Amino acid sequence: MLELFGTEINLGPIWLTLEVASMTTVVLIVLGTPLAWWMAKMRSSNKVLLEALIALPLVLPPTVLGFYLLIIFNPTGQVAEVLRWFGFEGQLTFSKTGLVVASVFYSLPFAVQPLMHAFEAIPQKLLDAAATMRASVLDRFFTIVVPLSQRGFLVAATLTFAHTVGEFGVVLMVGGNIPGETRMVSLAIFDHVESMEYDQAHILSAMMLIFSLTVLMLVYGLNRRFGVKIG
Amino acid sequence: MQKTFNNSAVMNGHLKLKLGSFELNSGEFTLPLQGVTVLFGRSGSGKSSLLRAISGLDESVSGHLEVNGQVWQNDQQTLAPQARNIGFVFQDAALFPHMTVRQNLMYGLKRLPKKVAKISDSEFMEIVTRVGVADKLDRAVTFLSGGERQRVAIGRALLCRPDLLCMDEPLSALDWRAKSQMLSLIEELVDAYKIPLLYITHTPAEVERLADRIVFMHEGSIETIETLQQALARADSPLFDEHGAVSVLVGQPEAIEEGMRPIRMGTEKLWLSDNSVFSKATVRVRVVARDVSIALSNPKDLSIINHLQATVTELIPEGENRLLVRLQLEDGQKLFSEVTNYSAQRLNLQIGLSVFALIKSVAVAE
Repeated sequence: MLELFGTEINLGPIWLTLEVASMTTVVLIVLGTPLAWWMAKMRSSNKVLLEALIALPLVLPPTVLGFYLLIIFNPTGQVAEVLRWFGFEGQLTFSKTGLVVASVFYSLPFAVQPLMHAFEAIPQKLLDAAATMRASVLDRFFTIVVPLSQRGFLVAATLTFAHTVGEFGVVLMVGGNIPGETRMVSLAIFDHVESMEYDQAHILSAMMLIFSLTVLMLVYGLNRRFGVKIG
Repeated sequence: MQKTFNNSAVMNGHLKLKLGSFELNSGEFTLPLQGVTVLFGRSGSGKSSLLRAISGLDESVSGHLEVNGQVWQNDQQTLAPQARNIGFVFQDAALFPHMTVRQNLMYGLKRLPKKVAKISDSEFMEIVTRVGVADKLDRAVTFLSGGERQRVAIGRALLCRPDLLCMDEPLSALDWRAKSQMLSLIEELVDAYKIPLLYITHTPAEVERLADRIVFMHEGSIETIETLQQALARADSPLFDEHGAVSVLVGQPEAIEEGMRPIRMGTEKLWLSDNSVFSKATVRVRVVARDVSIALSNPKDLSIINHLQATVTELIPEGENRLLVRLQLEDGQKLFSEVTNYSAQRLNLQIGLSVFALIKSVAVAE
């Protein structure tokens, strides 16, 4: 609990939000990098389908995505059974793990698109040159691709983090609204408004506003200085 | 630098690749791995594709390739480019933009396999000095001129201790002055390090200056592989452009006399007005057939200084009223002269006739 302008603010949702957003960002950079690389190098027409699939969360109502994820995460469903096979005993619905998994899907385009554009901008000749100088595939990736797409990684991480912080629909559908477990900031604001606690809602909203503005300014600043493409 | 391939080393193979509407199908080929082999052909003839296929840079290449007895590619396996011990110089240098000149040069050096001898600091300095970038080591590569970038690229390739050097039109982005300096550098390096070089160009003058043998490419296939002298002996050689037939004479430069540079060929001398310093023991001199006139006696009062004794060995009709005359010089070298039919009749040119070849202008092949 924190007291601000004479109002008690529950910090739990803020910490939870930061935790979920950080985990989502780490997972998406780790998984999104090979995916973006694969797509950047793809020449076949399947690329269009894949790009569209990955961009879906941009246009789909979050509740739709959340609804499907809820169905898939069903503790008595097949997915849960497969996961139990692999030794995962927890459940994905109404849990923090589920929130992270859902956020990964929801924020996928925000990680994959900047990375893919950054990778596409790297001339193939540089990689060829490195190969002739005896650099293996991974060596080339870490010594040529990563340093040359630094800004892409920065933008991908920032946007993923910020976007996860701001999600509402998916979180509500998949996570429910369990205090201390799945109640993120956006849900907490909703709750405060519902129960006419406008002071708390004001403070949390203002914090979100300042946070979002800062992040966007950071991204556009990078964009302007280094010509990073987003979206 | 040690030499890995012996004199009998060859590359043989047959490489195929389909890229959209373009198809590379080299046909069976065998190339000796010594000196300079030029891949020559128009743009779109498949020179670059073949060189990339040889280097293993295109994964979709099929066929087979053996180099000095080692399999680089067959139906079962393909050796990755990083295992082929090649140095590759790209058309636009392909330097790593996020690294300094030194870091670019060190990239391959740091990845030398254990079984290959290390490159000592003094050897590093020797190579970077020779390619002419020793004073630019700590610059960012983005601030280099086109010529400097190519020098770094060549140094970088040499520092990998390659068994084979590949260059894909390394001069095409340079102005004429940088071009001529780079050609001298490449010549010098081939001479000094004895690394076989595969060199792509579509400029005949570069071929005449560098090539020991030429791979003529046309529409994705290898047409013929010839030595430079064989290629220049053909009256219809693809090396002859709008200036007509060309001959390349080889001689030994001697000390400058009266502002002129004598080039010794057998007992005769060819005089060059070009006073540049020659580091090589032999130079190639390029003579355009249209600059060679024929006289039956040795004229004394003439501004042309180069008069060489020769024998007519062949008369080849060129178009309606011109004749390409193949001459043999005293030391056996061949020289083309292009004359009109009218002149040929007036002089009564016949095979076996002793004449004097008057050469209006000569240039060191550039």
